Amino acid sequence: MAGAAGQSDHVVFNQVGLAFGHRPVFRDLNLTFPRQKISVVMGESGSGKSTLLRMIGGLQRPDSGEVAVAGESLAGLDEMGLGQVRRRLGMLFQNGALLDSMTVFENIALPLREHTDKSEAEIRQVVHERLGDVGLRDVDDLLPGELSGGMLRRAAFARSIVMAPEILLCDEPFSGLDPPNVSRIEALIVQLNQRLGLTVIVSSHHMASSLRMADQLCLMRQGAAISGTPEGLASSHDSTIADFIGEDGISHLARLQERPPQGGAS
Amino acid sequence: MKAVVQILGRRVIEWIASLGQMTVFAGRIVRALMAPPTRGPLIRSALFDSGVLSLALICASGLTVGFVLGLQLYNTLSRFGAEESLGTAVGLSLIRELGPVLTGLLVAGRAGSATTAEIGSMKATEQLDGLRMMAIDPIHFVVMPRAVALTLVMPLLSTVFVLCGIAGAYLIGVELLGLDSGSYLASLENSIRFQEDVLQSLVKSLVFGLLLAWIATWRGFSCAPHAAGVSRATTSTVVTASVCILLADYVLTALWAV
Repeated sequence: MAGAAGQSDHVVFNQVGLAFGHRPVFRDLNLTFPRQKISVVMGESGSGKSTLLRMIGGLQRPDSGEVAVAGESLAGLDEMGLGQVRRRLGMLFQNGALLDSMTVFENIALPLREHTDKSEAEIRQVVHERLGDVGLRDVDDLLPGELSGGMLRRAAFARSIVMAPEILLCDEPFSGLDPPNVSRIEALIVQLNQRLGLTVIVSSHHMASSLRMADQLCLMRQGAAISGTPEGLASSHDSTIADFIGEDGISHLARLQERPPQGGAS
Repeated sequence: MKAVVQILGRRVIEWIASLGQMTVFAGRIVRALMAPPTRGPLIRSALFDSGVLSLALICASGLTVGFVLGLQLYNTLSRFGAEESLGTAVGLSLIRELGPVLTGLLVAGRAGSATTAEIGSMKATEQLDGLRMMAIDPIHFVVMPRAVALTLVMPLLSTVFVLCGIAGAYLIGVELLGLDSGSYLASLENSIRFQEDVLQSLVKSLVFGLLLAWIATWRGFSCAPHAAGVSRATTSTVVTASVCILLADYVLTALWAV
């Protein structure tokens, strides 16, 4: 299971328990996400991946234990306190969560207008830069309902990074995207992580992309997490890992193992 | 027997808890109203959706009610040879009761249900969570502008309803049934008092607006985040708001008479 929290950990789950009704989601979950690294959370549907990201954003409170972001515990924070923490976070929701009554431009400009003193020209420039990053052009005046699924996801991605957050949470960022756009978003995540030093936490079912970009893999199973580097997990003989990742994943991990090792499963 | 008591007890506790949550929610709306920025463009947009888009319904309903009142009251008053009092009867019934109450019920069905459905849909599609993650309070950005709009449009739409009703009764009484135009307008003018009638009407519609705004936004904000939950919340808004408006009408009428 995950190791003890340290200075280098940006997000820490400490003995977190959560149940929806009689269905337990997390049982005394201990998990850490290292600063300035890309962590990919994988697991079966319903294993709590999205809930994990919502907890980091303070959208879901645990029944027990605590979640800490950048050293600050979210327990006991009211909406105003959580708002201060959320200014350091960006979140890409699974279905985009763009405001459907506002255009794409207005959606992406919204946090800039709310939280910065930038002029309209500066806002326009930043929004177009972020739209360019995700490969969208000429969509300023379109409503979210007028975009395809892939374009919607990319517009939402642009909004999640427009405030240059410290921590980027991505809930299934590759779902519904065609291969070129999967590669584009994957490259963008890696680039943001390397260029700006963002801590990125991704929940995904997309095995190839996850294994390629992850510095840390977390496998969610039965309310607990198994985490480690891809290389470390590849060298582990845990049947749980093999069951979930499958033969393709194991062979992909084996190829990754040829890279110099950075750590082991914990 | 024990099971019945348990169910009743649970229902009462849930009802009290819900009332407490609604009260906290109302407090958050009031706090949002006083916190900067003022959200002027969003309030204007909500005023358009709740007010301007309800105008056709209110005018058509007001005219129709005026037609019926003109016909019914003319026939009734003519039995006593008091047709000249048609303006008084129409004016007082519309201004004191029918205007605010029917407007309240109509706006609950049209704008109230739309407000619940819109906020509920935003919740179901994680748009409210998206705002939270951008450190934008959804109460301040989504709920407060719609609550303010619903409260403000009610007295305005009620006034439009009353004017349309008076015009409708005029068309039936004067143009169709041959009542003297001067008698209709004079009896109307002489019988309406500002404090007793017009002010009462405005206060009632303002209270109905507040109740509708509270119920409609709360139902949307607290609904289960799926299609069936939004549907249930929308129905609940219309039913609850309608009953509350009728109850509040009785209470306000009784208090005004004291």
